[in-house]
Parts: sequence; structure tokens; C-alpha cells
Amino acid sequence: MVVCALKQRAFRRYLPLNLWMLMELLSGISRFYVLYTYGLKSSAYAYTYYYTDALTTIGLYFVLASLYSRVLDELKMEYYVRMAAILLLSGTAVVSYLVVRQSSHLLVTRFAYELHQNLYFVGLVLTYLLWGVMLKLRESRTRVVQFVLSLGLLFSMFAANYALRNLYPNVSWLWNSLPPLFDCFLPLAWCYTFLKIPEEARLMPARLAEASR
Amino acid sequence: MMAAIILVCSVVLFLQFFVFYCRSLIAASSRQALSAEVKDVTGIQRTARGEDFQRVMQLLQLCPERPEDRNGIQAVGVYFRLLNLLKSTVARMAPSMQVWTESERGQCAYFAAVALERRISFSRDMLSQQMDA
Repeated sequence: MVVCALKQRAFRRYLPLNLWMLMELLSGISRFYVLYTYGLKSSAYAYTYYYTDALTTIGLYFVLASLYSRVLDELKMEYYVRMAAILLLSGTAVVSYLVVRQSSHLLVTRFAYELHQNLYFVGLVLTYLLWGVMLKLRESRTRVVQFVLSLGLLFSMFAANYALRNLYPNVSWLWNSLPPLFDCFLPLAWCYTFLKIPEEARLMPARLAEASR
Repeated sequence: MMAAIILVCSVVLFLQFFVFYCRSLIAASSRQALSAEVKDVTGIQRTARGEDFQRVMQLLQLCPERPEDRNGIQAVGVYFRLLNLLKSTVARMAPSMQVWTESERGQCAYFAAVALERRISFSRDMLSQQMDA
């Protein structure tokens, strides 16, 4: 995706998205290194896996905040968006800690897991709100529309997956095998957007929502 | 209980995002004109119909695949099946829904024809590069 963005000269314009993708790449490499060095059953791999996962989710959350800033650009609300993002992130982290503090023996990994799970749901709600704002403000940049919608799809897939995992823990092998597939979606969708949608392309989001109601 | 509520919310929002995302993909390609060659091959002259979709998809599978196209084509394929389901269930009771699903199915077929056009030109480019080499 970063190569596609560079090819389209959009790397700096969509810097947070590209930085997140590089972060994903780095986390993948570090996981592979730890897996290769310490093995699948090692605690080092477990810690690396959960923490890189939580960090990339936090990164994705800031990507969402950057999309908010972009949509609310004309209203000059960048400062408020940043503050709200930090407050919400801290709130989610505190709630996650309160949920897991009883289980002292696996506190670190449980916290990362809980935070990860809560951030996906908070992210989903925020993406839906952003979509509502876009409809209201008549945001028409096709690239931004597609970035937001694909982000919403990813958050909803992960949130549903975590909910199913909690509802049916006996088939956890199934819920564990889905996230790698979901992870492929965002780079492919954003790559498509960079390659196929020119920066100047415009689309009315209200048109997308109108007829399907 | 909480997990069930989260599941329901996620599925409802997923469906909404999915429909909007597919429609944004379709809308982005709807302004692209088809070449006379693709019109001949697909049989789409002015407006595409839902019935054209399967045929265009079969033609698409004959062309070398492009990784960046795959995601969008698969998503629109799933959207088309969702529309078929709507057409054979809910739309039978609501005539306005029938008209809407038919127009959406036609747009899916047009999206597939645009993807076919891109694949054909991609194959041509590859062939000319090989000839040059």
C-alpha cells in the first residue's frame, strides 16, 4: 500500500495511513523474528503478539482521528479532535484495566487483549459517527469516503469476531483463524483506492446512503 | 448479554458499511465509458442489466488477474448476491424495491465490465512489453 501511495504521490498527503501501514509491517517483522527465535509456545512470543497487536490498534485509532481532522478541516477543530481522541483512548485503557485487574496472573496479556477488543468497538462507533458527519457536511472526496468505509468494515469485522469469541468460546479455533484474513482487507482496499481513485475524484456520500434505506 | 449486543451492533453496522462501500466502488467506475470492443464482447450497449453480470464475470475470469482489482471485484460479487437475495425475498412484496435492486444489479454488471476493460488493457500492455523485450 505504501508503494501504491508513493507511486500516486500521496504518501505525505495521507501520512497517518501510510505510517500505520509501515507500523503493521514492522510489527509483522518483529513477530516473525520472535517466533523464529523463541518459538510459538514461548511467553516472549505471546507478549510480542499481544502488545504489537494492541499498538497497531492504537495506531489505527489515530488514523481514524486523522480522518476526523481531515473531514472537519474547514471547521478548524483539529485541536479538539486530538484532545477527544486522547481522552477516549485513556478512558478505554482505564476501563480495560478495571475489567482485567482481578486476574493478576495474566494481567499483562489480558490487559492487551481487553484493550484491543474495546478499541475495536469504540473505533466502530467512532467510524459510524464520522460517516454521519460526512453525510451532514457533504464530504465528497471519493478517496476519503472509501478510506472511512473500509475502516468501518474492518472495525465491524473485528468487533463481531470478538463478540462471537466471547459468546462461543468452544469454537475459538474458528475465531482465531479469521483475524489474519481480516488484516488483509485494509491494505488491499486502500491500495485499490490509491491506484484507482484519483485525488480529484468526487462522490456525494448522500447518494450512497439514499437508495439503500 | 453485552457480547450479544456488541455482536448485533457490529453485524448491523458491518452490513451498512458493506453496502456503502460497494456502492462507492460502483459509483467510482460508473462514469468510465466502455470501449466499443468491450461493448461487443459483453453485449452491454447503453445500460447494463443484472442478467449481464454472470456473463461478464465469466469473461473476467478468462483474463489474467490483477491483484489490486481482486478485492473490489469480490466485494461487488458478494453485493450482487445480496441483491439477488433481496430481489427474491423482500423485493417481491415492494415494487419500488424491485426497481431499485434491478438498477443496482445493472450497476454491478457495469462495474464488472469496467474491470474487464482494465484487465484487457493490462494484458495488452503485458504482451507489448514482452514483444519489446
